[in-house]
Amino acid sequence: MKNISGFGISLRAGFGAALLAIAACLGAPAAGAAEAPIDHWPTDHQYDKASLQRGARLFVNYCLNCHSARQMRWNRLRDIGIDDAQIKSQLIFGDQKVGDLMTVSMNPVDAKLWFGKVPPDLSVIVRGRNTDEHRGTDYIYSLWRGFYRDRTTLTGWNNVVYPNIAMPNVLWQRQGPRVATITRVEPDDHPPAGGTPGGLVRTVSVFDASGYAEVSRKSVDGGATGEEVSFTPLDPAAAKAFDGDVADLVGFLNWMSEPTAEARYRIGVWVMGFLVVFLLVARWLNKVYWRDIK
Amino acid sequence: MGLHETKYKGLLGWVDSRVPFVMNAWRVHMVEYYAPKNFNFWYYFGFLSMVVLAIQLISGAFLAMHYKPDSLMAFSSVEFIMREVSGGWFIRYMHSTGASFFFIVVYLHMFRALMYGSYRTPREILWLVGCCIFLALMAESFFGYLLPWGQMSFWGAQVIINLFDSIPVIGPDLSTWIRGDFVVGDATLNRFFAMHTMMIPTILLGLVVVHVLALHDVGSNNPDGIEIKDKRGPDGIPLDGIPFHPYYTVHDIYGLGFFLLAFFGVTFFAPEMGGVFLEGNNFNPADPLQTPLHIAPLWYFTPYYSILRATTAGFLIWIALAVAGLGALTYFSVRGMRLRLAVAGITAVLLALLVVPKVQLDAKVWGVVMMGASVVILMGLPWFDQSPVKSMRYRPAWHRAVLLVFIAAFLVLGVLGLLPPTPLRTAVSQVGTIMYFGFFVLMPWWSRMGEFKPVPDRVQFAAH
Repeated sequence: MKNISGFGISLRAGFGAALLAIAACLGAPAAGAAEAPIDHWPTDHQYDKASLQRGARLFVNYCLNCHSARQMRWNRLRDIGIDDAQIKSQLIFGDQKVGDLMTVSMNPVDAKLWFGKVPPDLSVIVRGRNTDEHRGTDYIYSLWRGFYRDRTTLTGWNNVVYPNIAMPNVLWQRQGPRVATITRVEPDDHPPAGGTPGGLVRTVSVFDASGYAEVSRKSVDGGATGEEVSFTPLDPAAAKAFDGDVADLVGFLNWMSEPTAEARYRIGVWVMGFLVVFLLVARWLNKVYWRDIK
Repeated sequence: MGLHETKYKGLLGWVDSRVPFVMNAWRVHMVEYYAPKNFNFWYYFGFLSMVVLAIQLISGAFLAMHYKPDSLMAFSSVEFIMREVSGGWFIRYMHSTGASFFFIVVYLHMFRALMYGSYRTPREILWLVGCCIFLALMAESFFGYLLPWGQMSFWGAQVIINLFDSIPVIGPDLSTWIRGDFVVGDATLNRFFAMHTMMIPTILLGLVVVHVLALHDVGSNNPDGIEIKDKRGPDGIPLDGIPFHPYYTVHDIYGLGFFLLAFFGVTFFAPEMGGVFLEGNNFNPADPLQTPLHIAPLWYFTPYYSILRATTAGFLIWIALAVAGLGALTYFSVRGMRLRLAVAGITAVLLALLVVPKVQLDAKVWGVVMMGASVVILMGLPWFDQSPVKSMRYRPAWHRAVLLVFIAAFLVLGVLGLLPPTPLRTAVSQVGTIMYFGFFVLMPWWSRMGEFKPVPDRVQFAAH
């Protein structure tokens, strides 16, 4: 068996070399990769029924007018503790039945005219926004907290995570007014007379609560390019409550993306338990039979 | 009475006297099939591939009961299975996890063959059938990946079908014929569903039967790479052979325990596998008007995809140099004027197609050729390998290093294929491509070099 152990050593050496090569390549980021400021969605209320129910209420009140969730049935909300009577009396505003799908009556052709694109269906949006760089939950959480007033856009709203987003900040009343300060350091395309070509320029844009911008540009000599965003809420209490609202909303979207996830974990534990027993029996059986083989 | 004489009693005897082939097959393939007793870890994966095939066939049949191969309904029908069908999520995750596990076990199965020379005489046809199974499996996976009708399904199919476009003369007509339309659409989805559920599984099953029958004809190889049939007892049974049933049935069931733990661990706790088994962007419905920024194939195709991407216009000169070197090496290695002329002729034609202006083929065509060659070249292994012994155990230690460098190149190509390209990554994948092909085309020379250890008469086996 000496051969085998030598084999193991070269195996490790080979894989080590492979990993080094991989690490070298991973180190170089793809050219032009956008750096979006992505926060982490707080997962502490992920399985909290009250939080999911608050999220459901926000979703139905604010989202389910333009966006549909046409893979979801109303009565699936039973899984997060909302019964049929509550669904009927508090969540369904039209003449839908509890067994119907969560569709909206907005005509896609109209939506295209009004927003420039049809608002996507949100049934699996959290899973659809999962990428190598970020989780879908973190993306949507950051997106919701990235709105600022901007007079230059059609809706009067802009977003630091998704610039020139077609969706306005429909939750603005809950968030309260905010001042956004966006600091961008980038290569100077139009250097002032006498300025060094190829230098950097630092642009500070301050968007006030009404969306009027005050922009100042200054040439800088060195440093890294990038973007920095800070928000100053004028109603800090509302802004803090809003962060909680968004966490609930994202929690609901996360749940809706895979309503069977909880059952999956629960059943999975039993399956693993069974398989461990199966493995032990199989191991014993194998041992008993192979005793004969000399 | 015209009945077959049976040695069984009761109901079994009644059946056996009427359909003797059943118990005959049981004897030939199970209780009287003598397998070497020194099988190790690597010998689980043939059996496990059959297990995964069964999982895929059964879960696939249940998915097909609810899935709608219609471009307007396909995406929703998959979500319908995930939400509304009882246990549908379980069936779907088994099928999607099974696809990845199929390739994992098949790759390990092939690695075993590389280590112990399982493709050598008398198992060349067995190996070729195995290669055909691998090709069929790739086709099966490619057709199946379109069915969820997500963004990655759509654009992945678009990219791969467009590859056929680059074939000179017939390319454009061929790709239209495959799509059934000028763009990937409903017609494509419908025919891919038919291929995925009818045509390819039938071919796959037939090939697997041939693969197993061919194996049982010549008998299994083993980690020592020696023929157990050469040393038989007075009863004609190989001295190192043991009946497949019960010894390897219980052995395989034990291995199955580990496999199922891994398989259901992923199915229940990480079916997306961090976006590698189920990609995030495939949860967005296919949109022909919105091209994703980054289109990556499924992880098990990425080594070949890397080779395709590595073949840039600037890389052709390096391929030409490699072809020239290989041609010269072959020219001086073969004997006979005719053979040498043939080698020189083939080398000249390849060089012309690579670098001579006006004659040369586009880098895109060469990329497709290289990608195809990277899979088809496996079929040449029985003839490339010229080493006097089969198993790596008795070959020079540096042969193992060569094999591991090849595996490392394959893995690096695989990882790079998942990532968006950068100049550095392209350069690394070009080096990887050279290493990948170098392993095969130089094998006739390197595999006979070095000091070989004496091969024992009997297999090495320590009783459990």
